[in-house]
Amino acid sequence: MSNLHPALVFFAGALLVAMLRGRAQALVALLVPIVSAWSAFQLTAGTEITLSIFDYELMPFRVDRLSLLFNYLFHIAAFLALLFAWEAGDRLQRVSGLLYAGSALLAVFAGDLITLFVAWELLAVTSVFLIWARGTERANRSGMRYLIVQILSGVILLAGAILHLRETGSLAFNEIGIATLGGKLILLALGIKAAFPFLHSWLVDAYPEATPVGTVFLSSFTTKVAVYALARGFAGEPILVIVGGAMAAFPIFFAVIENDLRRVLGYSMINQIGFMVVGVGIGTDLALNGAVAHAFNDVLFKGVLMMSMGAVLYRVGHVNGSDLGGLYKSMPFTTVFCCVGAASISAFPLFSGFVSKSMVVAAVLHEHHIVVWMILLFASAGVFHHAGIKIPFFAFFSHDSGLRVKEAPKSMLFAMGIGAVLCIGIGCFPQFLYARLPWPVDYVPYTGTHVLTQMQILFFSALAFTWLKLTHLYPPELRAVHLDIDWLYRRALPATARGVAMVAERVRLFGAGLALSFVSGLQQAGRHHLGPDGIFGRTWATGSIAVWVAILLVIYLIFEYGA
Amino acid sequence: MMSENRPNEKQYWFDQPKNVKLILRGLYVTCAGLFLADFFYHRHVDEPMEKIFGFYGIYGFVSCVILVLAAKEMRKLLIRKDDYYDSAEDGMPGGNAGGNPGGSKSGGDAP
Repeated sequence: MSNLHPALVFFAGALLVAMLRGRAQALVALLVPIVSAWSAFQLTAGTEITLSIFDYELMPFRVDRLSLLFNYLFHIAAFLALLFAWEAGDRLQRVSGLLYAGSALLAVFAGDLITLFVAWELLAVTSVFLIWARGTERANRSGMRYLIVQILSGVILLAGAILHLRETGSLAFNEIGIATLGGKLILLALGIKAAFPFLHSWLVDAYPEATPVGTVFLSSFTTKVAVYALARGFAGEPILVIVGGAMAAFPIFFAVIENDLRRVLGYSMINQIGFMVVGVGIGTDLALNGAVAHAFNDVLFKGVLMMSMGAVLYRVGHVNGSDLGGLYKSMPFTTVFCCVGAASISAFPLFSGFVSKSMVVAAVLHEHHIVVWMILLFASAGVFHHAGIKIPFFAFFSHDSGLRVKEAPKSMLFAMGIGAVLCIGIGCFPQFLYARLPWPVDYVPYTGTHVLTQMQILFFSALAFTWLKLTHLYPPELRAVHLDIDWLYRRALPATARGVAMVAERVRLFGAGLALSFVSGLQQAGRHHLGPDGIFGRTWATGSIAVWVAILLVIYLIFEYGA
Repeated sequence: MMSENRPNEKQYWFDQPKNVKLILRGLYVTCAGLFLADFFYHRHVDEPMEKIFGFYGIYGFVSCVILVLAAKEMRKLLIRKDDYYDSAEDGMPGGNAGGNPGGSKSGGDAP
């Protein structure tokens, strides 16, 4: 029995790692998730630590089956990311990665909204360094945008929590619902982190700009904490079914034309979160289990895919589909692992995606949400198309780009390899995952119908890809930017602000000119009366200057602020 | 591009067109097999739509074609130059406003 909060182990570990250098630093960083897991995997549901501050009851540590599942997941994810970072990482990335993983653990064990808020903001400020560590101008700006959006999400969460407290009298983080304004604000905050449609562009903006190691960390925690929080607070909210359906569908269009392969994976991540959000929205045991099981699997297969693209970035220096191809010759192991990740995200039978995504789809079908079901089928075919085929095809096969690089470092290969083994392991033996799901499981993934229909969808979408490629209907990979909703705040808003500022400046200049001519008119009139020969001039000389200065100041102030 | 001019390099499996053909042929045969499997295997059906012969195969194929063609049209509207956001006008507050032109591009063409 242990009730040590694993986040504390990560925070302490980060402190230690910050003081070390070289191999010792990498080794200790790698040991932190192992040491933490040693006690964290013994945690049992029901452990609670409460804390009274003023009149409020806080619960910074609450263990139940839902938080335990994410506890396992985040330990595995942190270990894989730090192993991946063995060679490519540095002090900044290891320390912020550990703090970031610790914040994610703080969030999933938070029993009250204030602790959740603290973890929420920590997630933001610890992870931004993984973007800035890239060191490019682009990454600096992207990281700043990321930070602003994430902090905003936290502020909204806090506002929601305070309203929720006034409305319900409780800060406990349990079922919240959207009946109240507080609930709506909290959902909005979670929606930002979960990359709901129109709130999503921070993800596809920032993740591809991070370092190879950074993106592996980033893709594991923030969005999955959001899915966890949705499952706890908003299970069975019908609106989430619609939101999730939209999330599953729209990003795949962007993914088809996007050139940066890590950005493609970013879009595909939103697509996968869409499945989870639908599951949360349906709210039955099967659907909720499917949602969290898919979150679990997504961290692993998306991790493998991000790692394989990170390895390409590390060796080649970019991940542009337009300039890659033929890398299977020089990076054969990375190719194989990438293909395992691709098969898993595409939900091929015997790979992990199959055993969790099918739960969500089955739950949707049980509840007869026909339109959403058709969207999810479309999204299933689409994800195979853009993540399952496009990523490995353009990076490792396609036409030979002539690039000859070294295979990824061994540490990266080990990290990818372990991830790939887990993907296949969960796909072949889903009972190990099912046994840890929070709600009762009564589901058999491997039925003849499931396997056959899934194979039909996948192979026919592969056939479509082949046909489009052979007939040259398939759009070529182009070195280009494709606008997304972030255009609004990166271009439209600044342009509007500049426009407004320009108009204001004109008005101000015009006003100042008017004031000047008014004043000079006054002066002329004044000179007549107040000049050396004027009536008041001789006796009021000193005082009049002060008066004039005061009048001038007032006039200037009026025009300065009035305009 | 460059791969043709590497006489000493080992021939890889996909370098031979016959292997690529083999893969394609395998795909066609598998698809045909999966399509015809609807004859022999009685699928469990929840929705009337699923009863259509070859429903999942047709749905998969058609949705992918629509996806790609729609994305292609979408691209016409959304595509911009690679450095679209890199130009000095990028509106990040405090990003590059004061005399420190960011990126190598704006610095490069000054002379």
